[in-house]
Amino acid sequence: MTRPPVRHRIITASLLTVAALYFLVPVYWLAVSATKNSADLFGTFGFWFSDHPRPVEYLAEVLTYDHGIYARWFANSLFYAGVGAVCATLLSAAAGYALAKFPFRGREALFNVVLAGVLIPGTALALPLYFLFSAMGLSNTYWAVLIPSVVSPFGVYLCRIYAAAAVPDSLLEAARIDGAGEARIFGGLGLRLMTPALVTVFLFQFVHIWNNYFLPLVMLSDSGLYPIQLGLTSWTGYADRQPVLYQYTVGGAFLSVVPLMVLMTVLQRYWRTGLTEGSVKA
Amino acid sequence: MSRVTLDRRAGATSRPARRNGRGPRRPASRTEARNARTAAVFVLPFFALFGLCFLAPIGYALHQSLFITERTGPLGLGGRQREVFAGLANYAQALSDDRFLTGFGRVLLFGAVQIPLMIVLATALALLLESASARGVPFFRSAFFLPYGVPGVIASILWGFLYVPGISPLVKIAGDLGWDVDFLARGTVLWSIANIVTWQFTGYNMLVLIAQLKAVPGELYEAARIDGAGAWQIARHIKIPLIRPALVLTGVFSIIGTLQLFAEPMVLRPLASSIDSGFTPNLHAYSEAFVGNNQHAAAAEAVLLALVACVLSFGFLRLTGGRAKGRG
Repeated sequence: MTRPPVRHRIITASLLTVAALYFLVPVYWLAVSATKNSADLFGTFGFWFSDHPRPVEYLAEVLTYDHGIYARWFANSLFYAGVGAVCATLLSAAAGYALAKFPFRGREALFNVVLAGVLIPGTALALPLYFLFSAMGLSNTYWAVLIPSVVSPFGVYLCRIYAAAAVPDSLLEAARIDGAGEARIFGGLGLRLMTPALVTVFLFQFVHIWNNYFLPLVMLSDSGLYPIQLGLTSWTGYADRQPVLYQYTVGGAFLSVVPLMVLMTVLQRYWRTGLTEGSVKA
Repeated sequence: MSRVTLDRRAGATSRPARRNGRGPRRPASRTEARNARTAAVFVLPFFALFGLCFLAPIGYALHQSLFITERTGPLGLGGRQREVFAGLANYAQALSDDRFLTGFGRVLLFGAVQIPLMIVLATALALLLESASARGVPFFRSAFFLPYGVPGVIASILWGFLYVPGISPLVKIAGDLGWDVDFLARGTVLWSIANIVTWQFTGYNMLVLIAQLKAVPGELYEAARIDGAGAWQIARHIKIPLIRPALVLTGVFSIIGTLQLFAEPMVLRPLASSIDSGFTPNLHAYSEAFVGNNQHAAAAEAVLLALVACVLSFGFLRLTGGRAKGRG
């Protein structure tokens, strides 16, 4: 392969650098601001540290404010996203596997319903879902956020495509001859062969639930059930009367963003494989 | 997909070989019945919850949208309420509500500008990263993708601070340069929101496009290069046509996302007086439900929103799908 001309390399590098600045500067601002107290947040230049950066102290204040409500929100977010994503992955795997491996009448019709589900905007559903759950007495409970989070039409779609390609019929037949039941075949063989797709579904759903704002906003009124996003916006709502909440919002945003960004960067590889499965065969 | 069926059961002819449902149709056999039963057990948990969380709410919203609440107390206050069938009155009201329609117009304008911009940017970055001239690819890829890990609400809080005078270093720098910017003014706030959305999702879309670029066999580029094609020609005539499916996919998901625009204006609202409760259709439906306390009107608006999203997505799919066929 011939080496590209130096001019090309310089242009490419500068364009990539400009883009990187655009994407990184806001995050850099957040990191710097998390080391400041309220006064410095307003009084010092945003892109540089104040004279007395105290990240540990100020972030500890975020965690202890209002009897540690922030830690509770964090735990709620982890609960909704963790439990929701695990259940969503298992349900999607079972449904996708069956749709790929068991020919039955109405299979395509069922799959088309799932595809329509992928295209329905989530927030258009959230309000009707609230009306329904509130009529059922389920609103303002953990269930109100958790139950809708375990349904992932995209997961079923991905699992079906993946199972069709990665789980050979001959292997299933062989297992059946050996006398294994369908549940054991699915648990022992199907799930193992589908692992890359399952990781992708889990990640997508985890991020989706973690980032979801509209559903918890309409469903929850008790701040003890809030996920982080909802909690932080409730702080900004009071910040006019209690300016220290600006500082806590910034610190809280920083604390919530760091773990997810680390996860993102580490797991990029899995995203790419999953995305290829999803887009190339669509 | 492997369709080769190793017949390990030589001589065991009591059951017809499973052929992935594509073989000649056989009379309903025991295998088929057993298939259907097993499949039912596997798909039931998902479809039960799918019914509860997708189909039932849609049905319930459709039903709700056809009624209005009539208050029978003195002056229409207090007293008893009852639900009265109203036909399409809620829809008629929504469709004649200027603020609701303006909100729709606003998100459509937003989408018409922001989606192409974002996809062009994502494509450019994907092509740059996949070109032979790029160095430090893993770093740049992670840097561009990073904002996707920031939830919409946090991104809006973050950029909100970067927009507000007094705290924003951007406004300060612009001011020092003698440029008086107001990111939250009536005319600019929509584009400030567009910037937040672009910032968040460009890297994600870029990754989708890179995934598809990677699926293109490298010999194709090599052949083009031997034929004397430059980097730009290869991108224009080979890479971009080959990533069409991914471009369509990102387009559809962006359209759906745009119509749902809610968190960004909701978070910026306290900072920007130019954002009212009807800024986007979603915000309008939300205020109708929780501020106006009018469930029925909100239900009708949610139904309209879902309908428009479906029409636009399927329309876009048909449009792009049709063109691809015409070319092939």
